Amino acid sequence: MGIDIGGILSFLASFAIMAAIYAIFSMGLNVQWGYTGLVNFGIAGFFCIGAYTSALVTTPLPTGVLADYVDQAIGLNQPFLVGVLAAAITSGLWAALIGLLTLRLRADYLAISTIGLAETLRLFFNNEPWLANGPEGLVGLPKPLYGLVPPQYYNYLYLAIVLAFLALIYIAIERGIRSPWGRVLRAMREDEVMTSANGKNVFLFKLQSLVVGAMIMGIGGALYAHYSAAVQPSLFTPMFGTFIIWAMLSLGGTGNNKGAILGGFVVWAIWSWSTFLIRNVVPAGFQTRAPYIRYILIGLLLVIIMLRRPKGLIGEERQVSRF
Amino acid sequence: MLELTVYGIILGSIIALGAIGITLIAHISRMFDFAYGDKMTAGAYIALLVSTLFSMGGLLQGKVGPFSFNWGLMVAFIPAILITAGLSILFNRWVYEPLRRRGAIPILFAMVSMGIAFALRGLIYILWGADYHFYSPSVRPMIFLPLGIKLRTDEVFIMVVAWALVALIYLFLTRVKMGKALRAVADNPDLARIAGISTERMIVWTEGIAGALAAVGGVLYGIETQLRPEMGWLFLLPLFAAAILGSLGSIRGALVGGLVMGIAQQVSTAWLLPTYKPAVAFIIMVLVLLFRPQGIFGRR
Repeated sequence: MGIDIGGILSFLASFAIMAAIYAIFSMGLNVQWGYTGLVNFGIAGFFCIGAYTSALVTTPLPTGVLADYVDQAIGLNQPFLVGVLAAAITSGLWAALIGLLTLRLRADYLAISTIGLAETLRLFFNNEPWLANGPEGLVGLPKPLYGLVPPQYYNYLYLAIVLAFLALIYIAIERGIRSPWGRVLRAMREDEVMTSANGKNVFLFKLQSLVVGAMIMGIGGALYAHYSAAVQPSLFTPMFGTFIIWAMLSLGGTGNNKGAILGGFVVWAIWSWSTFLIRNVVPAGFQTRAPYIRYILIGLLLVIIMLRRPKGLIGEERQVSRF
Repeated sequence: MLELTVYGIILGSIIALGAIGITLIAHISRMFDFAYGDKMTAGAYIALLVSTLFSMGGLLQGKVGPFSFNWGLMVAFIPAILITAGLSILFNRWVYEPLRRRGAIPILFAMVSMGIAFALRGLIYILWGADYHFYSPSVRPMIFLPLGIKLRTDEVFIMVVAWALVALIYLFLTRVKMGKALRAVADNPDLARIAGISTERMIVWTEGIAGALAAVGGVLYGIETQLRPEMGWLFLLPLFAAAILGSLGSIRGALVGGLVMGIAQQVSTAWLLPTYKPAVAFIIMVLVLLFRPQGIFGRR
């Protein structure tokens, strides 16, 4: 029995694509929570907006027989990059709306409002079939540069695309956070009153941080949608869409982009490994319940990290700005 | 429409119970407890467990008056309340108290409560599965009121229990010394400490009372509809919306907020799908945050 190198490589590629997409979400959250101290409990909402926006922008309106089965209000048939851009912008707009409402109030209001947004969007896409085909969702999203390589190698190409986005976002955040702008964010996180006393408009900086983080999440959503080539409302659950990402950032290192990426890969590895275990090891009678062990694990992980090691595996780097 | 309003008052009474719990925690422990919905779920399932044990033992199987459930469930209220309140106190001891001692920033408490929420929900999923459960398989007797309003007898029970509890809490906070001490801590913790009130002890009491309210709310909601692991999570938005609408910290406000939220959610089903209920709560919350973030009873 030979070892199937090709099979292992292609498994690793699809693992790395998902882990890298989650690392992007985790970096988006890092801008909001790690650098600014904003609690977004509705990452699933921005994930959802990003995925659906890109889906509606890049697919054509259904025609012929397909039109009998698929309802879709918008179908712009634009290229992949336009879809990603639209995803980032729409996601940012929603974040701005929520931010305008809540960022002047105590921090908890943002947390509950983002939960509300995420749940409402999920309900909306589920119950309004005219918009994006209801619970069945949209399929057949275009894959960028498809046909450039033989189909069996396509995942490697997509991995390269995702990693390029990851690198760009990483560089952008690192530059931003080392700039005077980033310094204000971190100052605000440490002491809001002092920052305000130094003449910085705390509300405006918080709003910018929330929007930038949400735009990154929107991009992550679009990348996910084009990878799976399908979007359904049932994907954007509080666990799969939000709390797994909190676990990633908290474990990896709040306030550190390398930690955010590390956490993305580590937690996604544990998650996929547990899926494999449940499918192959757990007795059949317990199969439907076993996945929920992960709820307990992620929940406890969050509590223990916050209590014992609030900075995660890699703590925040000491940063000295260039003048 | 009148009928939907009546149903709204029933749902609102349950929401009010939870909103009072949330508002007490927000005001005295000074945190948003995102595990509150799942504590309601826990209370509901503990009562299910106990009443199932009774029916396996053939105990207390007689129906309670004109209601659909048996005496087993009535007795099961007690362990549900005690265990849920106990869990709340334990979470406080193991998690929130260490955080407070460390001087953690307020929002960390919300984070941690979310972790607890997921752990609790996961446990409920594993023990009972994702399927719906009912306290009683029997038909639910109806009564007919004037103006063509149909009401289940159970719903009368829900109203009576909920309102009695609200009255009890109100009396406790205004007439009993312990309740007054609680309010003192809520108004000004430093001043209360100088007057010799232990804030930590008051927080333990708050957690216990709020946990008990969560359990009763959960069981009542289980009687009204059915039990499923997500029931409390879906309740979280209306609960917070009610507490915020009624100005955080105000019992009277939470009661009014709960009723408004219940009526709004039920009346909305005249035009919207019932699944949109949490979204209706969210929209109202957005409107409150937009126009009157301090709530109806709040001062700027």
